[in-house]
Amino acid sequence: MARAMTFYSTTVGKKVVMAATGVLLVLFLIGHMLGNLQIFIGAERLNAYAHFLKSTGELLWGVRIVMLAAILLHILAAVQITLANWKARPVGYAMKKDIETGYAARTMIVSGPLILLYVIYHLMMFTFLQTPQGLSDTDVYGNVVKAFQQPGISAVYIVAMLVLGFHLYHGIWSMLQTLGINHPKLNRLRRIASAVLAILLAAGYISIPVSVLLGIVH
Amino acid sequence: MKLTLKIWRQESPTDRGRLVSYDMPDAAEDMSFLELLDILNQRLIKKGERPVAFDHDCREGICGSCGFMISGVAHGPQKLTTTCQLFMRQFKDGDTIVAEPFRSRAFPVIKDLVVDRSALDKIVQAGGFISARTGSGPDGNAIPISKKNADLSMDAAACIGCGACVAACPNGSAMLFTAAKISHLGLLPQGQPERKQRALRMVTKMQELGFGACSNHGECEAVCPKGISIDFIARLNRDYMVASALETMEPVKKV
Ligand code: HEM
Ligand code: SF4
Ligand code: FES
Repeated sequence: MARAMTFYSTTVGKKVVMAATGVLLVLFLIGHMLGNLQIFIGAERLNAYAHFLKSTGELLWGVRIVMLAAILLHILAAVQITLANWKARPVGYAMKKDIETGYAARTMIVSGPLILLYVIYHLMMFTFLQTPQGLSDTDVYGNVVKAFQQPGISAVYIVAMLVLGFHLYHGIWSMLQTLGINHPKLNRLRRIASAVLAILLAAGYISIPVSVLLGIVH
Repeated sequence: MKLTLKIWRQESPTDRGRLVSYDMPDAAEDMSFLELLDILNQRLIKKGERPVAFDHDCREGICGSCGFMISGVAHGPQKLTTTCQLFMRQFKDGDTIVAEPFRSRAFPVIKDLVVDRSALDKIVQAGGFISARTGSGPDGNAIPISKKNADLSMDAAACIGCGACVAACPNGSAMLFTAAKISHLGLLPQGQPERKQRALRMVTKMQELGFGACSNHGECEAVCPKGISIDFIARLNRDYMVASALETMEPVKKV
């Protein structure tokens, strides 16, 4: 325990925690997206899948608790690291050029909290059904269609997924680097793979509200 | 060529400091940046003003003494080049150039463009050493080292400790410097006995000195005059994770 605390006390330890929780979160995002895309197979398939998830009982709660712990740890480390980084340069430059870094990397502390707000909104709507639309407990397919037929709700989801894509565009490659997963021959590939996965995830999720709006899914 | 210099002037560590403009109507393309400052200083001295303070020693790009921000880039616009080796042919007639000190909580400004970079020495003191047998040197090739590791270690050892990586990093992080020092020793057989303690001690020291974290922006590698690769940062992360799992940090034994 003492060793774990010492590990976490340094910025490198905190970043490793962020990256490790990042791995869990990204794996969840991939699984969740594949699950959701079953909406294109049809109502029965999606509802059966939702029923199956609920029927796993303890296992579902196990996954929920792990994901909650991961996101809380990720946020704790993110906030501590960001504050430490701001303190590390008390006097700024009159002129400073960015050469290598980009917009996504510079705005992790903006995209992160936006994702958090979205996650809360999303859970309130589809998991706790705390929205005025009168969503059903069993007809997940119907809920999704009903919600996304309202352009306002679809817009929130689409924007949120673009923000997520930005977070992951820098996040996935950064996570590999933080965990020391590198090889001189594969380093360029790491950046490309990160961008591809970020785009696939964002596009996969966005395809659902867009398809509902276009009437492809109804 | 005609240049305008905007230079950070700060009397003392507690002075607030400000940018002051100086016209240099007779700069020549073959002058180094430091030579341009030498000429400016001659003029200031003749006028009875205080010359601009800046660090320098070898003026051939190998000692790591020189360095400040030149128009927003540590060591200026030319890649793989220290400030002393930057020549005015990198600029155009009529350019305005801003010169500011490296900024980081761990690098307090002493005067003008001079900052105190002893924090980097403290990181090395914390763990950048090996326990070597004293006496006559060992026979050449007595300890076999693979070509790959010898080359990589040499790449890391090229770090001259200039601090540009810290200055360029949006987080004021010293990860590239520390990673270079940890890798330079950790890639050689002689560096193995203390390898884990070294990672724990140097990373902890870096933290204590108030350097920021690595967000993998890559700005450090882009300005490093010695081309130190951020691959070494991944190596530092690996060494630190393994060391944390296997050992508890011990204080350095004084002998
Ligand atoms: C689905 C949710 C999320 C996923 C998949 C995710 C994923 C990631 C990944 C993979 C990284 C890179 C880690 C590394 O370089 O070691 C990262 C970094 C970061 N995350 Fe998240 N994240 C999520 C939510 C959040 C939230 C809610 C915050 C709110 C504070 C946040 C703030 C940050 C920050 C500030 C960084 C950059 C830290 C740095 O390197 O300076 N993230 N995220
Ligand atoms: S890593 Fe490069 S930029 Fe950083 S101190 Fe060493 S030589 Fe200078
Ligand atoms: S003065 Fe020695 S490196 Fe520039």
